[in-house]
Amino acid sequence: MKKDKSAKPVTKPSEGLMDQKLSRRDILRLTGVGGLGLLLGGTGAGSIIAARKASEPAPAALAANADIIPFYGSHQSGILTPAQNFIVFAAFDLTTIKLAEVKQLLEAWTTAAAALTSGSLIGNVNDNPNLPPSDTGEADGLSPSKCTLTFGVGPAFFDGRFGLASKRPSTFADLPAFAGDALEPQWCGGDLCVQACADDLQVAFHAIRNLARIARGTAVLRWTQEGFQRTGGADPKGGTPRNLLGFKDGTGNPDVTDAAAMQEIVWSGSGDGPAWMNGGTYMAVRRVQLRVEVWDRSPLSDQENTFGRYRQSGAPIGAKDEFADLNLEAKDAAGRPVVPPNSHSALSHGDGSVKILRRSYSYSSGMNLKTGQLDAGLLFISFQKDLVKQFVSIQQRLAKSDMLNEYILHTGSAVFACFPGVREGGYIGETLLG
Amino acid sequence: MKFNYAVPAGLLAASILFTGCASNDNNNNNNSGNEAAAASSSNTASAPASTTAPAAADLTSAIEQYRNYVIEQCDEFVKMTESFTTAVKAGQLEEAKALYAPSRMHYERIEPIAEALGDLDPNIDARENDVDPADWRGFHKIEQALWQNGTTDGMSEVADQLLKDAQLLRAKVETTDIDATLLVTGAVGLLNEVSSSKVTGEEERYSHTDLYDFVANVEGAQKIYELLKPELAKKDPALDQTIGERFTALLNELAPFKSGDGYVSYETLKEDEIRKLSQNLDALAEPLSNMGTILGV
Repeated sequence: MKKDKSAKPVTKPSEGLMDQKLSRRDILRLTGVGGLGLLLGGTGAGSIIAARKASEPAPAALAANADIIPFYGSHQSGILTPAQNFIVFAAFDLTTIKLAEVKQLLEAWTTAAAALTSGSLIGNVNDNPNLPPSDTGEADGLSPSKCTLTFGVGPAFFDGRFGLASKRPSTFADLPAFAGDALEPQWCGGDLCVQACADDLQVAFHAIRNLARIARGTAVLRWTQEGFQRTGGADPKGGTPRNLLGFKDGTGNPDVTDAAAMQEIVWSGSGDGPAWMNGGTYMAVRRVQLRVEVWDRSPLSDQENTFGRYRQSGAPIGAKDEFADLNLEAKDAAGRPVVPPNSHSALSHGDGSVKILRRSYSYSSGMNLKTGQLDAGLLFISFQKDLVKQFVSIQQRLAKSDMLNEYILHTGSAVFACFPGVREGGYIGETLLG
Repeated sequence: MKFNYAVPAGLLAASILFTGCASNDNNNNNNSGNEAAAASSSNTASAPASTTAPAAADLTSAIEQYRNYVIEQCDEFVKMTESFTTAVKAGQLEEAKALYAPSRMHYERIEPIAEALGDLDPNIDARENDVDPADWRGFHKIEQALWQNGTTDGMSEVADQLLKDAQLLRAKVETTDIDATLLVTGAVGLLNEVSSSKVTGEEERYSHTDLYDFVANVEGAQKIYELLKPELAKKDPALDQTIGERFTALLNELAPFKSGDGYVSYETLKEDEIRKLSQNLDALAEPLSNMGTILGV
């Protein structure tokens, strides 16, 4: 039973708008229930839509839907895509040693991903009473919620198992040890990764759950982490999100609409490495635990000096505007740098020549049973065309002397080569395995 | 798959007695669990005539063979339970401990059938907290006495009752209606049993003989698969092959835990070994759950 749920047009039964066809998103905007829906776990908004839908069925012609991020394309989505509200990240280990089965898995994942991102049910066995449905169903009737699925392979994929050692990009390897790392194996590595992002956590979870289900017998989950940002409902203007230390995080990110910059910073191009990665990118994932209790008793001035920015405005210390240039040469009356050289901003920035595209999420995993403290942190994710020249060089600076190190602990680490985009009829990883 | 044990066992027993004699030619005797089974024959019958011969008809032989298997396992189960309960009543602690897990294996192999028989499953196999303390009886009550209390004292009546329950099971299976749906869902039901309690070590909380149950559940599922295999291979050879391979993978994963005629204590398993067993089980159960494809829709 293939259902096309990409179209969610409904007609708002208010006088003036009677004839206008509105997407679900329009409805949310117009009625201002976006935030309410989130508070109600989505069901609030859903029931409002359902009520209108029942009384005012609308033609399905208005399929173009702001809630759908196209799955097919020259690059994978979920990289330049403005960060959705939620992430469910999953790293997998392959249990098969047959390359043909890996290929089958990626083909099956591609088919499923196209359905998942468009809001359709997976597979065609959803109405046979004798069989388990091929889609687990918890996203049935939900908006696609801008779901994106981004796939990659870890360095371990190129070990002896699949005969692909010669295809490994020369500098693609696990990250070197950084000073102060406290990595735990259960948060590290993986043969494959899937980054599922969506404006609804249930939609993102549904995607990972079904991909894991499809993988059974071929790959198993190695680790997963859910994450969140402030939602679009809570911040309709889409300001720079704040991390759980209360600071704006991402002010200095490059402009994803600048194609030249993205080519320079993010996308692997011809001559950058193996041809199969053309149009792909490399992902660094770090699970960074925040010592929030310690942070919470630090004076504001310490907090701001640690970041090199003002907490409220996000502006560099000494500046007024969040987006003001980080002036590392500025000195105060006593001749000391206005922005502390060991601040997180100053060290991340360096001389400004090396950039990465950050796309991080906060996480909260309840309470540490041992200490009774909050287990909260940052699922740091960045995309770059060269892990060593970009992420590693920045992280080495940070690991060595970042004032923030006092308040954070890197507990997880993984890198993945994210394939180029896939065209309809093709499959994820085709350039490598095809 | 488990029954809701919250229903007082006495009430269930009464309902079984009332309906038991009239129920044997259909599946209506069960208050839960078998509605699907009852419905399936009409589903199959209403399948379009253009499909190949009605699948249910093709399974007649498999169902008959499974019935024989169930009876055979029941016979062994009664025999072993008799030895076990005799040892308990004679105060032979070590003998009773040695017979406990092997006796249960015959039961665990056919658990879906036992569960379909209403209150027999809680009477035989309920764990503490599954039922009202006053109604708690069966294997696990004796298990607690043997391993936790280190004695057979006070277990004489429980042993007698258990043997009676085992004999009742044997009597009832003779007339139980086994249909294709029960067969198909029973296989994955057995593996779900493992997933829900055996793989976590919750089933045999005193004796830690969970691996016996684990293996027996898998063997019971494998028996069903083997009986359905000819039809499955016709209908969906790829699925048949996948299931076959994954049974092999899981059994290989279990092999290192053999010890003599039995299996090592669950307590000796390391965390990553448990996870691997669980993942192999999930890898098998997923395609196995699709065997319903042979029921033809």
